[in-house]
Amino acid sequence: MTEPRQDADPGGLAIDVEDLTVAYGEAPVLWDVDLQVPQGVLCAIVGPNGAGKSTLIKSILGLVTPAAGRILIEGRPYDDVRLMVGYVPQRGSVDWDFPTTVLDVVMMGRYGTLGWFRRPGRNERRLSMQALEQVGMDHLSSRHISELSGGQQQRVFIARALVQDAQVYLMDEPLQGVDAQTEKAIIELLRDFRAKGKTVICVHHDLQTVPEYFEWVMLLNVKRIASGPVGEVFTDENLRLTYGGGLAAAAPGRRDTAEGII
Amino acid sequence: MSQYQAEIILVGVIVAIACALPGVFLVLRRMALMSDAITHTVLLGIVIAFFVVEDLSSPLLIAGAAVVGLGTVWLVEAVHRTRLVAEDAAIGLTFPLLFSIAIILISRYAGDVHLDTDAVLLGEIALAPQRRFIVSGWDLGPQAAWMMGTILVVNLVFIRTFFKELKLTTFDPALAAALGFSPVVVHYALMGLVSVTAVGAFDAVGSILVVALMVGPPATGYLMTNDLRRMMMYSAGMATLAAISGYWVAHFLDVSIAGSMAGAVGLFFTVVLVFAPERGIVAVARRHTRQRWEFAQTMLTGHLLNHEGTPEETHESRVDHIEHVLGWAPAFRDGVISRAERDGLIVQVDRTLRLTPTGHTHAAKVLIPAAGGTRLEP
Repeated sequence: MTEPRQDADPGGLAIDVEDLTVAYGEAPVLWDVDLQVPQGVLCAIVGPNGAGKSTLIKSILGLVTPAAGRILIEGRPYDDVRLMVGYVPQRGSVDWDFPTTVLDVVMMGRYGTLGWFRRPGRNERRLSMQALEQVGMDHLSSRHISELSGGQQQRVFIARALVQDAQVYLMDEPLQGVDAQTEKAIIELLRDFRAKGKTVICVHHDLQTVPEYFEWVMLLNVKRIASGPVGEVFTDENLRLTYGGGLAAAAPGRRDTAEGII
Repeated sequence: MSQYQAEIILVGVIVAIACALPGVFLVLRRMALMSDAITHTVLLGIVIAFFVVEDLSSPLLIAGAAVVGLGTVWLVEAVHRTRLVAEDAAIGLTFPLLFSIAIILISRYAGDVHLDTDAVLLGEIALAPQRRFIVSGWDLGPQAAWMMGTILVVNLVFIRTFFKELKLTTFDPALAAALGFSPVVVHYALMGLVSVTAVGAFDAVGSILVVALMVGPPATGYLMTNDLRRMMMYSAGMATLAAISGYWVAHFLDVSIAGSMAGAVGLFFTVVLVFAPERGIVAVARRHTRQRWEFAQTMLTGHLLNHEGTPEETHESRVDHIEHVLGWAPAFRDGVISRAERDGLIVQVDRTLRLTPTGHTHAAKVLIPAAGGTRLEP
């Protein structure tokens, strides 16, 4: 593993996916997908259920083996830049009854830097407490994780991403099932990331908030429908292509929000 | 207690702890049944290795068993990956197949050697002290204690060294993989450990007790704590206790030792299930009852607060009226009122209730969360 932060190409692409095809059995989940995300933006990936959003994120992280395609992160293959990439899985993907505490889960974000064998120590503890403070959860650090509400669980995951101190973050529905207050708090943290030049890519479900929260968007439904700045590609036409006809209900609200922002 | 008895107990305790430690991760990974599969299929590895080396005491038998143990895990996953059967069914399909092949091989080709199926399933810990570990004339104790002692040390060293990796791959395999800790490697290392432990242990205590010791104490420890390290310590403690008490029960009732130890595991689990401090049945029931009374008190103070200072106050605060508005049986109503009086939330004058300052604060806190209720969000 290398320490590539210094020589990362400034102003280059954070994520560069070309011709990515992923199939489970015969059915393609992603078909010839291209995605270019510049550094320092908040990017949403939207699309209907089964569109391959999570699979795209997992492919970028090397968790899924693609049938074809090329994936570069900050201009390099994932194996070279592992420590520059932070991952926030779906909240529902882990067992919240696992016998461990809030602080311990956050410290897991440091495991990548520690590598095999080395154990977390005082430094990891300090960084993790700082991250918990940033998400407003430091008073719950010794709580068992089963005692948390959904929003608090998500904050713990964000704190864990914070201590990873990555350059590019891939998040699978970080706003899913959280209350309005937590949503605001998380978005503030993501904006902090962006202010530090980091790139954040989120699978996102609420079309209405896309223009407010993100400046870059990818519309995905097995194939890439469009990707680019929200103002250019987040159009009714593209949404119709992505979701089919069933979007009538969402579209007016989205336009209202969009007009306020763009 | 004779030396012979002490040695049986020693072997039992070592086996119990050696099984319970990797068992913690099996239980947390929801793979408890895999221990059942592995403890049976390792027999096939032993039989095949025995045909190759023709020596029942060769360490190659353990290697053969470990290979078949890992093969079992791989085969179960391969069957499961077809998405045609669920994982429990895949285990149920795989292990009888491999186990029956082993049984057929033994009955056909190894009828005249000491490899009988009863010993495999039930073991005979009472005979463990008879096989001595003798080095140049020195009797160093039972062989089983040395072998299982070695396996226990290997398990301890492995778990201590890879504690962080085991924890992460168990809790969040996707993040583990993204950070470069291959969940597959950790998984098979753990399964290899389980296989080796199973082979070593079932020679002494039989495969059924091995399953009991791998699943029972960790499941018990899980109920007792929210901390992984403590869960491991409690599991080891429970396993030790079950081995010792199981032996003495068998001694005084003159029954199977392995059977009594397995029975003790089950008994301890049941006791903890009922009486565990937070998750036990009694604790949960008491908590529910307490919450029911507390909630009723809150409703009562809330009702009084709502009508405080209104023209209907006198009417609404009457004890006889309370049961109508809140839909309570008179006995329950009286219980709530007397508890609320005891807690200093209300006072009763002339069958009419009034909030005390404490009751006032209590009701306001719940009715108006912003006024200082227990809120966790900043």
